[in-house]
Amino acid sequence: MIQYAGIMLILIGIYGLLTQSNIIKIIVSLNIFELGLNVFIISVGFVREGIAPILTSVNNHNGLVFVDPLPQALVLTAIVIGLGTTALGLAFARSIYRQHGTLNLDEIGGPSNG
Amino acid sequence: MKRIFALVLVAVVGILLFSGIYSMEGFPRYGEAEVSERVSMSYIDKNVTRENQEVVFGVSENLETGSANIVTSIIVNYRSFDTLGEVTVLFVSALGVSLLFGSFEGRLRSRYKPNFILRTGSKVVFPLILVMGAYIFIHGHLSPGGGFPGGSMIASAILLMYLADEDFRVRIDDFKKTEGIAGAMYVLLGLVGLMISNYFLSNFLDTGTVGTLFSAGIIPVVYVLVGLKVGSELTGIITDFLKGEVE
Repeated sequence: MIQYAGIMLILIGIYGLLTQSNIIKIIVSLNIFELGLNVFIISVGFVREGIAPILTSVNNHNGLVFVDPLPQALVLTAIVIGLGTTALGLAFARSIYRQHGTLNLDEIGGPSNG
Repeated sequence: MKRIFALVLVAVVGILLFSGIYSMEGFPRYGEAEVSERVSMSYIDKNVTRENQEVVFGVSENLETGSANIVTSIIVNYRSFDTLGEVTVLFVSALGVSLLFGSFEGRLRSRYKPNFILRTGSKVVFPLILVMGAYIFIHGHLSPGGGFPGGSMIASAILLMYLADEDFRVRIDDFKKTEGIAGAMYVLLGLVGLMISNYFLSNFLDTGTVGTLFSAGIIPVVYVLVGLKVGSELTGIITDFLKGEVE
């Protein structure tokens, strides 16, 4: 089910973060982690047969069974912040590539071991 | 070796997560969340500070928020301070990106020239995407969407123009000014609310009838500001990423 899928995505993200040494792959892993977390948070507020928390001319009063709107609001915040961190990470990746000519963290030599 | 170690660690974390979450007392099983016992119920009924009253689309007037989209009413009214922080985080990351690309010169060029259909078609689609983006953030309190998706859509229109035309440049200073003014206006709106009804970012305008365009008080105003801010910020990020020449 969706909730297990969210936790699986979190675990895949952690595995990627631990094993990869390419910066782009690390950022992708971070995004998978984040996606799993968002799916999990949304699934906590899911109600079977519930409708989207928007009043329309069809679903027009507050007595209906709505899906919990609070996790959705929190996830919207998390998505925007994820976008910001991804953009900053990719900018770092490009500036590292320009300085060292590689995206692999293992191949970057410092002044002591280079 | 590293991979085996990582697999073991992930397995341990997975077992802890599964056993921890699903043995927890009161954690709802999937699809059986009791919304009526949560704090969210007062957001749905719009009775956080007021008496209980029925909310009917197109009929009820002068409610607490007057927004038909309940998620929007949480984001821009009940937890608006949170959204101000979120917009600030986005601003700081855009600032960081432009700092990192400060020493890059020129513009990235694709190995393939944009063909005739892309060049002509993009000019037809560009205004339509802009109008759609504006529609989404103006109707944020009535339909799914809001300032963040609308702003991203505007930035995607600019990205399309960058892809279709190699010599296309936006006047980035104007976008920076728009962003600054929109952000400052958001804070000013909050301060006006502080002056009128004694707490920051309070909904001091008349909330109108649920489901009409001019309703929900300051929610549409804030979402237009957020849409403009996010759109210009993401345009700035895209412009920064296109800097630099590949040797």
